[in-house]
Amino acid sequence: MNHWPFIIAAYGLTALGTLGLSFASWLSMREAERTAHALRKDR
Amino acid sequence: MHGFANPTRFLNIARPLTPWLFWTGMLFLLTGGYCGLFLTPPDYLQGESVRILYIHVPAAWLGMGGWTGLAIAALVQIVWRHPLAGVAGRAIAVPGALFTALCLATGSIWGRPTWGTWWEWDGRMTSMLVLLFLYFGYIALARAGAAEGRGLGDQGGVSRVTAIFALVGAVNLPIINRSVVWWNSLHQGPSITMRGSTIESSILWPLGLTVLGFSLWFGAIVLMRMRAILARNKVEARLARMAREGAAG
Repeated sequence: MNHWPFIIAAYGLTALGTLGLSFASWLSMREAERTAHALRKDR
Repeated sequence: MHGFANPTRFLNIARPLTPWLFWTGMLFLLTGGYCGLFLTPPDYLQGESVRILYIHVPAAWLGMGGWTGLAIAALVQIVWRHPLAGVAGRAIAVPGALFTALCLATGSIWGRPTWGTWWEWDGRMTSMLVLLFLYFGYIALARAGAAEGRGLGDQGGVSRVTAIFALVGAVNLPIINRSVVWWNSLHQGPSITMRGSTIESSILWPLGLTVLGFSLWFGAIVLMRMRAILARNKVEARLARMAREGAAG
């Protein structure tokens, strides 16, 4: 049995999960901190 | 520890630390991944599929380590009422659940060419699946608490019930760890212990790089999520104050 399709699937899934969560967390942090900063300037 | 109880002091440390942890983690991950995929020899018994080790083991370590973090945060919240402990718990839950899911998925993918099956209801796999459901329970409780705004303190943490759930759920951690010793299992026994490793060193060495890389990356994600929760909470508090001042004036 060729093992490489299994290896590629495992690494691909991990890359997708970690990069997806990285992007979602960064976006959420950036939006929240921008809103907080804008509100502080408006005061 | 109470020195970091002040969110402003915490943010002063977290802001420069976040990109440092993220990019250093990525560097270790890419190096470890490359070495594991292309520089190490295949295992004499498992063949090429042993390369899944370099992501499966860190995923298992961080899935369990994540819940250990949740339990410590819950204990600190309940005993010392540390204002950031609940925030840390909320921030850890999603990456912890992701790594538990990745551990199960990569283990299943590894199992097919190695054991001839995608899944077996044995002690290790079942207790790891229970951990994933515990994460889902924690996330649901934390979100319900946040939506109702109950018992969150002034920083956007989690309710006392959620913290107790995290402590009770920690009972599953020693069960996962000892499951391959207590019950017959397709899963191999403990291969890395305090006494050493049964894995051949020519295969083992990139594992340290990926474990360190994923751990640093995990730290960066937790800091990002804590910063997001604190910023959102600050916005809500400020809007509420402005509304009160508007009503009074």
